[in-house]
Amino acid sequence: MVGRQGSTQTAHSPKLPPVVDGVSQYDLYSGKYLKVWQGPQHPGITGNMSLELVTCGDQIVECRTHVGYLHRGFEKLMERRRYIQCFPLVCRICVPEPDFNEYLFAAGVEELAGIEIPERARWLRALTLEMARLTSFLMWIGGQTGAFGMGTIGQWTVTMRDYMLDLFEELSGGRIYHMYIIPGGVRADLPDGYAARVESTLRTIEKVLDDVELAVFHNAVFKMRTKGLGTIDPSLVETYGITGPNARGSGIARDIRKDSPYLVYDQLEFSIITATEGDAFARTWVRYQEMRQSIDLIRQMLRKMPQDGPFFTRLPNVLHWKIPAGQTYLRAECTRGEYGFYMVSDGSEFPRRVCVRGPSYTHAVALMERLSVGCNISDTAGLMVSLHTYPPEIER
Amino acid sequence: MYENVMKSAERFKARPLGRDQKIGGMKQREDLLFMKVEQEQAVPFITWLKELGGFGHLVLFTAVDFIEQDIFQITYLLHSYEQHHDIVVLVEIDRQKAEMESIHHLWPHAATYQQELFEMFGITFPGSPRLYEDFALEGWQGPPPMRRDFDTKEYSEKTYFPRPGRVTHDPATYMKEQLYPGEAQTW
Repeated sequence: MVGRQGSTQTAHSPKLPPVVDGVSQYDLYSGKYLKVWQGPQHPGITGNMSLELVTCGDQIVECRTHVGYLHRGFEKLMERRRYIQCFPLVCRICVPEPDFNEYLFAAGVEELAGIEIPERARWLRALTLEMARLTSFLMWIGGQTGAFGMGTIGQWTVTMRDYMLDLFEELSGGRIYHMYIIPGGVRADLPDGYAARVESTLRTIEKVLDDVELAVFHNAVFKMRTKGLGTIDPSLVETYGITGPNARGSGIARDIRKDSPYLVYDQLEFSIITATEGDAFARTWVRYQEMRQSIDLIRQMLRKMPQDGPFFTRLPNVLHWKIPAGQTYLRAECTRGEYGFYMVSDGSEFPRRVCVRGPSYTHAVALMERLSVGCNISDTAGLMVSLHTYPPEIER
Repeated sequence: MYENVMKSAERFKARPLGRDQKIGGMKQREDLLFMKVEQEQAVPFITWLKELGGFGHLVLFTAVDFIEQDIFQITYLLHSYEQHHDIVVLVEIDRQKAEMESIHHLWPHAATYQQELFEMFGITFPGSPRLYEDFALEGWQGPPPMRRDFDTKEYSEKTYFPRPGRVTHDPATYMKEQLYPGEAQTW
């Protein structure tokens, strides 16, 4: 069998077959190449997707990403539901940080309908989003280190994530899906003494992060396996639509929180964290530093936030909302990159179209297929986690 | 903010939408511009935006089905990292002849979007790699599911028949019967 059209293979080494007109010329019957499926059920796969790998020895010759194990048709379902009925759906698009979906959907409805939200609601939203970022990073670092045989780190950080989920539970009643940010503001105010409990959790997390730094970034095995793995050239960043820590790991200083500030990010002090090498180690380092940054931002928000005031705008009966015709696009910086909602309203009670832009759409398919060529098969899992791919946002 | 684009837009017969008038409930954001362009001018315009206009980042590429007007609106959302603003290129194509030029030569990841648009809306992009391979819906036989005329309810009723052994209860009556057996009738 000859490789299929549209091969993304670019690297050339004596082991790799020649590429003619974008088609990789390998013959599976020669006995030199072997096709291996990694996933959909595999500990080294981020969620429900699979990689169809053609290998020569232990080197990858061609990679194809397959999705579709998780298609729930959210975008179609939303077309048949009223705006408020879409609300319980959107947060389920992304499990580790559902708050970004809630915020972008709510902000989209507000922009189309011309609703202004109170100042305190903006702070509370930003606080939730930053807490969600930290929670998601804590889970990611477990996957990243686990892919290289360090399972203990994941046990430490997932415990810390659980403490963050306790805070979310206290705030919103839900551990995973919070449904806290709703059109018009947020659902509830901070409970009494919440800031002190957040601070105490952040201190615990900081202690663990110190240990993580020692255990991961000074670890010879981790350094050996991640340095030089999946290097993203800065010139690829625009061509492949790479955003978030994957771009920042290659020295491209882009952060939506800084470039086009939303909510209250223009009132906070922080800088864009970058690294220059562009490999898996650099990306891990950038994300690790961003966890520290998130902790700092949460503290800043709790300090600067107005201490009282309304957190919700009174809106008409939610079941009779008719959003004026129009279209808009909203974006936010989630842990994986640019998360966006494109919303089209035709003036009726139902959205005409809601399209979700997940950063993994490019990272997990086009970019992963390119970067994995020439890689060792045992590094695929680590490479995939270092791109922080997440299938549910590919097939919404 | 968009002077550069506006100057060249005439060449491509692209016209801005809703800059002065309100779109929806509030005035369009300053950093977001919608431009409508004819189908044959779309890819040259997008190429110009990418190569010379500074809009190098393809954020989103999708379609909206306006079945009443018998058109698909194809949306290309481009972002400029130098000036931090977006341009949304809207192209209307005939729903009966859903075909559009491919842009995978400009951005490799556009091929994934095109693969999805073919599967979900039935819009073809001649020359796009792996266009006819299954993307999210493996082995799908029916019509493209994101089209407005695809009725999800009717499809599921036709495809998934009620299995024996499944009983449906009215929740209110059922719970009363569970909690207060025999008394539900007298309420």
